[in-house]
Amino acid sequence: MSVKNILIVGVGGQGTLLASKIMGRVYLEQGYDVKVSEIHGMSQRGGSVVTYVRYGDKVWSPVIEKGEADIVISFEELESARWLPYLKPDGVLISSTQRLDPSPVIMGKAEYPENILGKISALGIKVIPLPADRLAAEAGNIKSANIVLLGAAARRQDIPKDVWIEAIRASVPPKTLETNLRAFELGYAE
Amino acid sequence: MSKTLLLGNEGVAQGLYEAGVRFVSSYPGTPSTEITEAAVKHDEIYCEWAPNEKVAFEAAFGASLGGARSFCAMKHVGLNVAADPLYTASYIGVNAGLVCAVADDPGLHSSQNEQDSRRHAVASKVPMLEPCDSEECRDFAVLAYKLSETFDTPVLLRLSTRISHSRSPVGLNERREIPLKDYEKNVSKNVMMPSQAKAAHKKVEERLLKLREYAETSGINRIEWGGRDIGIIAAGSSYVYAKEALGDGVSYLKLGMVNPLPIELIREFAAGVKKVVVVEELDDIIEAHCRRYGINAVGKELFPFTGEFSQATVRSAILGIEPPYRELEDGALPRPPMLCAGCPHRGLFYALRGLKLYVSGDIGCYTLGANAPLSSIDSVLCMGASVSGLHGFNTARGKEQAKKSVAVIGDSTFVHSGITGLIDISYNQGLSTVIVLDNSITGMTGHQNNPANGLTIKGDPTAAVDLEALARAVGYRRVAVVDPYDVETTRKTVIEELEAEEPSLIISRRPCALLKYVKHSTALSVDAEKCVGCGSCLNVGCPALSRKDKKALIDPEQCLGCGICASACRFGAIVKEGK
Repeated sequence: MSVKNILIVGVGGQGTLLASKIMGRVYLEQGYDVKVSEIHGMSQRGGSVVTYVRYGDKVWSPVIEKGEADIVISFEELESARWLPYLKPDGVLISSTQRLDPSPVIMGKAEYPENILGKISALGIKVIPLPADRLAAEAGNIKSANIVLLGAAARRQDIPKDVWIEAIRASVPPKTLETNLRAFELGYAE
Repeated sequence: MSKTLLLGNEGVAQGLYEAGVRFVSSYPGTPSTEITEAAVKHDEIYCEWAPNEKVAFEAAFGASLGGARSFCAMKHVGLNVAADPLYTASYIGVNAGLVCAVADDPGLHSSQNEQDSRRHAVASKVPMLEPCDSEECRDFAVLAYKLSETFDTPVLLRLSTRISHSRSPVGLNERREIPLKDYEKNVSKNVMMPSQAKAAHKKVEERLLKLREYAETSGINRIEWGGRDIGIIAAGSSYVYAKEALGDGVSYLKLGMVNPLPIELIREFAAGVKKVVVVEELDDIIEAHCRRYGINAVGKELFPFTGEFSQATVRSAILGIEPPYRELEDGALPRPPMLCAGCPHRGLFYALRGLKLYVSGDIGCYTLGANAPLSSIDSVLCMGASVSGLHGFNTARGKEQAKKSVAVIGDSTFVHSGITGLIDISYNQGLSTVIVLDNSITGMTGHQNNPANGLTIKGDPTAAVDLEALARAVGYRRVAVVDPYDVETTRKTVIEELEAEEPSLIISRRPCALLKYVKHSTALSVDAEKCVGCGSCLNVGCPALSRKDKKALIDPEQCLGCGICASACRFGAIVKEGK
């Protein structure tokens, strides 16, 4: 199979790493070659963060470049705008509708842009907006928004649902398992 | 065999485990930190955090001399700190195998410079291996011990951010237990005085020739024939980028050993292709080597000396193509990193903000205090330089300057290399005021214990460096401790200590807000009646604060109730929830 590219983007501290870890486990389980690339360190402190997930028969590079991603999973609207160029023109953007002010907005130097997802749609990009933080709260913990988004991405791939559920079971602390499984189901239904 | 997804760094740790390594000493540094964090999970390996990279290297050298396969890890700039022992360990060689992993950071994801650590391998004349994925990280770590013992040399294992922090499948093998080697006293080998070192240097040159022979013939560097129009020479991340971009359409000389480089193998490769292209991030070391031996190769004509590469870099330089993509007309607002909500450093920087001081900065989370709106730092050089640099600055500009300047340095960085600067100040009758931001952890690299917080790498209680006693012991009579959440007292203390006609140490003490054991107050909220929308609170630069409908707004999900913003509000509009 040719290589599939999934970009997971968000703001440091939103739980992008857990989502990519679960995805990596699923693809490896399915017998694919996998590379998952993360960024640690300074940019994690409330900065824009990205994780690259690639799988297929043979994966060489650990990174995804502009115009290469089949799916962009975004945890935040402004980050959807930032990483949009990495999506293939016929790819899918799964975006949380959560908005986190970057420091220029906090300081009052800039306004948070309006209608980002609408503008992206208008470019002919397939956008799936998701109230991931609301659904996560519904599942029992707002911090499970990452698993809600994972659920929405899982439904758009040819891998059985129970494989995803097994990978979540193996990746999250037991006491958060029930919440995370509810979050996954809510995302999967979207 | 079933495989496991491991970070490159975890792959290295797996290699250490399989190779029977018994001793690991490291100082944390992005992107190298997780090697040691993964190694410590194996009870068979003794692991420790050292105060700095020089100590780590020397401890690993001592363990090797003592007969144990040993290891240390550091980031690229850390190897500068450890360069002194490295260069002479090259002369002495090893008893049991000694390997040092050094992780470069092309693209400066989390570093202060973009230096190429292959230069250290060339200059210290030790072999350097460079893996291209997590499985090779494991394989090369194991091989490095064989080379170290066969050629009687320390071995450098070069990583980069992409290799260290990418996960790829690794098949796990069993550990091979290597018994402790005997130690035999051998002054001519192990004591480097001029007479011994002269002989040792000759041996090092002979060793390089033998290593070059190994580089030519062992298979660690291999030719993969494909299309013959272009032949790519590359190692590590550059190799996988080239494979991704160009596939089998070109031929490859894949280098696993980047020092010393082969000559005949490159000649053979060059003879088989029409054009040789060297793909290497950062410096032109392979390219210059080709030129030196009369092999026609292009490299930096096509590729930059700066930044991180990718398949797109190679595709555009060699094929001149770029896939189509869409973007929004106005792009996206930048989102620079900032201090976390509840970060104690914020209180200290906010206290300094109004004082118009020269602030000599250092390396850690608190370097972010340089960014707007705190904008509190004037200079940052390297670990420890805040203290010694301040001494130079104040001495050059005279006594009055010492009343208008401070150094800020974290607890871990202070232990790493700030203490010697402190001694420089007191010994040389300086007046400088140094502030240690003691948050009881090494923060930026992801929460490692350190000698000042009283916990070992495994979290066991141990002796803690007593910062107050240490300052007194080196000659500081004025030592003050403040709580940075108490902005007013912190500011008053700084003013007092600056006025004093002798050097002062201020310890700004409060644990990192992200530590699990730290209990937080309830979130604060804005009393909309009292808020005039002046925006003063936004000047503390907290991610939990924003402005909505011309009033300040606090996100209760993010706010940890530290109260620093409340001390910035002249109208008493920031209050405890429910009051």
